[in-house]
Amino acid sequence: MISTYLLIIVVLPLAALLWESKKNGAHSFWQVVTSPEALSALKLTFGASFIVVLINAVLGTITAWVLVRDDFRGKSMVNAVIDLPFALPTIVAGVTLLALYGPRSPVGLHLAYTRAAIVLALCFVTLPFVIRTVQPVLIELDVEMEEAARSLGASQFTVFRRVVLPNILPGILSGSVLALARALGEIGSIVVLTNGLLSTEVASLFIYNQVQDAETTNAAAVAMVLLGAAFILLLAVGALRYFVTRHERA
Amino acid sequence: MLRRLALRGIALGYLLVILLAPLGMVFYRTFQSGLEPVWQALSDPNTIHAFKVTLIAAAIAVPLNTVFGILCGLAIVRRRFRGKGLLNAFIDLPLAVSPVVIGLCLYLLYGRTGWFGPWLTGHGFQVLFALPAIVLATIFVSVPFVAREVIPTLRELGNEQEQAAATLGANRWQRFWRITLPSIRWAVIYGVVLTTARCLGEYGAVAIVSGRVQGSTETATLRVDDYLNNFNDAGAYAVSLVLATIAVLVLVAMTTIRPREGH
Amino acid sequence: MRRFLFPALIITAVLVPAGAAQARRAGTNLNLVAFSTPKAVMGKLIASFQSKPAGQGVTFSQSYGPSGSQAKAIVAGQPADIAFLSNGLDINTIANAGLVSKNWANGPQDGIAANSVVAFVVRPGNPLHIHSWSDLVKPGVKVVTPDPFPSGGAKWNVLAAYGQARKSGMSNKKAIAWVTKLFKNVVAQPTSASAAASAFFGGEGDVLITYESEAYTAFAAGKQGKLIVPKPTMLIQLPMVALKSAPPAAAAFIKFIHSPVQQKIFARNGYRPVIKSVLKDPSLATWKHKYNTGPTFRIRDKLFGGWNKANTVWFDPAHGRMLQIEQAVGGPTS
Repeated sequence: MISTYLLIIVVLPLAALLWESKKNGAHSFWQVVTSPEALSALKLTFGASFIVVLINAVLGTITAWVLVRDDFRGKSMVNAVIDLPFALPTIVAGVTLLALYGPRSPVGLHLAYTRAAIVLALCFVTLPFVIRTVQPVLIELDVEMEEAARSLGASQFTVFRRVVLPNILPGILSGSVLALARALGEIGSIVVLTNGLLSTEVASLFIYNQVQDAETTNAAAVAMVLLGAAFILLLAVGALRYFVTRHERA
Repeated sequence: MLRRLALRGIALGYLLVILLAPLGMVFYRTFQSGLEPVWQALSDPNTIHAFKVTLIAAAIAVPLNTVFGILCGLAIVRRRFRGKGLLNAFIDLPLAVSPVVIGLCLYLLYGRTGWFGPWLTGHGFQVLFALPAIVLATIFVSVPFVAREVIPTLRELGNEQEQAAATLGANRWQRFWRITLPSIRWAVIYGVVLTTARCLGEYGAVAIVSGRVQGSTETATLRVDDYLNNFNDAGAYAVSLVLATIAVLVLVAMTTIRPREGH
Repeated sequence: MRRFLFPALIITAVLVPAGAAQARRAGTNLNLVAFSTPKAVMGKLIASFQSKPAGQGVTFSQSYGPSGSQAKAIVAGQPADIAFLSNGLDINTIANAGLVSKNWANGPQDGIAANSVVAFVVRPGNPLHIHSWSDLVKPGVKVVTPDPFPSGGAKWNVLAAYGQARKSGMSNKKAIAWVTKLFKNVVAQPTSASAAASAFFGGEGDVLITYESEAYTAFAAGKQGKLIVPKPTMLIQLPMVALKSAPPAAAAFIKFIHSPVQQKIFARNGYRPVIKSVLKDPSLATWKHKYNTGPTFRIRDKLFGGWNKANTVWFDPAHGRMLQIEQAVGGPTS
C-alpha cells in the first residue's frame, strides 16, 4: 500500500523527469548542462550554498552553544524563533528580506538583486539546520569531561578543540549536509530578490525559466543534476547516521 | 565572562540580522500605509479564494501524508523487507529536491504532451493548470514530515507493549489503535504541524503547475507574487502578514509539543 | 483488495476537485489568458461587457503573465478561450499549435484590440535628464527592461531600440552594437513587463523601458515617475483572439472590443485605441493630446518584415541576435 502511494506521488514524477532529460541523448544532455547559462546557474547555486553552509556551521554552532550553555532573559523565546524558517513560506521570507535590505531599505543597505541577497536568503532558509542538530548533542554532553580537562591545565580553546568538537562534529556535519540540500533547491525567496541577470540566476530559477519557455528538456537536464546532488547528500546523511549509531553502540 | 558575552552577542546578532529584523519589517510595512489597503487586499474575493485553495490543498495533503507516515514508520521499524534503504531515501527525497523540479515533473506527466495529460484531458479531467496539480504538488513536498517524526519514536519505544497485548489476546487492529497510536501520538501531532506548515508555504512547484488563474488556481503564496507584480505592495505585505502570523502560531504549537515528546 | 485502497484514495482526492471545479461553471465562463500588464483595464472592459446583453451571465477566469510564457502555457494545456497577448508572434505560437485560426490577422483591425508605444519612465523630476534613446547609453545610467525571451514587452523594447538606431542613420552592424551598448547599462531583466515595472517603482534602476500604457497604469496606482515618449518610437500592437474551442461568448467579447464603448475605456486607461475616431470625443481631449507624441515605426515595416522574420533574426533561442547580446552582457539567454 505505501509503496503504491510513493510510486504515484514520488517515483512516477521522477521517472518522467529522468526520461525527459535523456530524451535527446547523452551528448545533448551534456551540452545543455555545460551551456553558459546553465553552467553559470549551477556554479552560483553550488558556490552560494557552500558559503552559506560554512556560515551555518560556524554561526550555527555558536548559536547552539549559547542556547545550551548560556542563560539570559528571553532565551526560550529565542530558542523558539529558530524554527521560523521551517514554518514561514519562502516567498514571505523573500518579501521580508526585500523590505529590509532592498532599494527602500531603512538601514541603507541596498543588497537586493545582488549575490549578497542570494546568500542572505539562503542563510534564512537554512538557519535552523545546524543549530537543531548540534543542540541535542551539546545537551547530552558530559560537562565533567571538560572540567576535568581544564583542571589538568588545558586552555579553554584546547578543551573545545579536543573534548567538545569531536563530539559535536557529527552533529555539525549532518546539519550542514541537510542545510546544503535545502540551499541547493531554494526558489521562493530567490524569486523576489533576483534581477533576472545571470549574476543572480540560481539553478532552480534557471529550471523555472526554462519551463516557462516550454524548454522542458533543458529544464530536465539541469534538474537531474540537482536531483543527483540531492541523492548524494541523502546518502551522506544516511551514512553519517549509521556511523554515529555504530560509534554510540561501541 | 567576556567570551560568554561575545558569543552571546554573535549569536543574537546573527539571529537579529537574518531572522528577526526582516520579520519585524513585515509587520511594520504592512501597516505603513494604514489599515485601508490591508483590508482591501484581504477582503478581495480573489485573495479569499487564494487562501481557500491553499487550505483545500493542505486539507487533502495532510491527512494522506499522516496516514502514509504512520504506516511507513511501522513498516520500516517493525518489519523486515528488502529495499528498506531505498524506501527511506525516497521518503526523504522531497526534502532535498527543489520544488521547481517537482513542478517540472508534474508538467511532464500531465501537460498536453505529457505521459497522462492527453488521456486525462480527453476524458474531461484537467489536471495541470488546475486544482489537482496544485494538490499533487502539495502532497509531494509534504510527504516526509510525519514519517520522519514517527520513525525515531517507534524505534525508541520498541514493541514490547504490543507483544504483551498480543499474548493477552488483542488482535492487530486493537493493538494498533489502543497501544501503538497513543504511544506515537505526540510525534504524529508534531509531524502534522510541520506538514501543515509546509503545505501552506509551498511556492516553487505550485508556481509552475498552477496557471495562476485568479479566483481559481492561485494559492496564497502565488497571491503575494501577484500583488508584488501589480504595484500593490500593501496587498503583498498584507497576505504575507497573514501567512507570517500562521507561521508564528505554528511555531508556538511546535514549541509546546516538542518538550512533551522529548525532542 | 486493501492494496487498492490507497491508490483509489489518492485518485479520488485528486480528481474530485477537478470534477467539482468543472461542475461549478453553470453559466458561461470564459478563460482569459493575457500578458502581464493589462489587469486593471481588463477589469473595466469585462464589467462593461457584462452590462450588455451579450455579456449577461458570462463570468471570466483571468490569468496574467509574460506573453511568451502564457502562449506556451496555452499550448501546454492551460485552459483558454480568449488570448490577449502583447505581440503577434505569441499568437502565431498558439496558431501553429492549431488552437487558433492561422488567419487570425485577417480579422477586424488585423486582430488588434489596442495599441501602445515603447516609452521610458524616469524618476520624478528626471534627475538624469533622459529625453531620448541616446541618453540611455550614457555611462552610469541604470536601465530596467524585461527578459526578452519570456516577455513580449521586452521584445518590443529591443526592436524599438534597434529600429530607432537604424532610423537615425546607423548601419545594421552599428545598430546591433548600439543595442549591445544599451544592454550593458541594463541592471535588471525581470521575467515580465509588470515585474520590471514593479522592480523599477520599488527603487531599482534609473529608467524603465516599458509600454506607455503600463506607465499610465502605474501612475493611476499612485506610483511616482515621469513618462518620456522618445522620438521616434515603436508602435505596440496588442492582439486579442478567440480560440477555436471557445464558446460563442468569446467571439462576442472580441467583437465588442472594437465598439466605441470599449475603445474609449482603453483610451481612458492609457491604451491607444485602434479605432482612432473615438479620440474625437470631447471628453477624451486630454488623452488625445497625451497620445500625440511623434513618429512611430511598426513591426510590418520593411525594417523588420513582420513578427516571424523579426523573431527568427532576433529571438531565436539558438541563433538570435539577442542570444549573442545577452551572452556579451551576462544576461539571461532564455
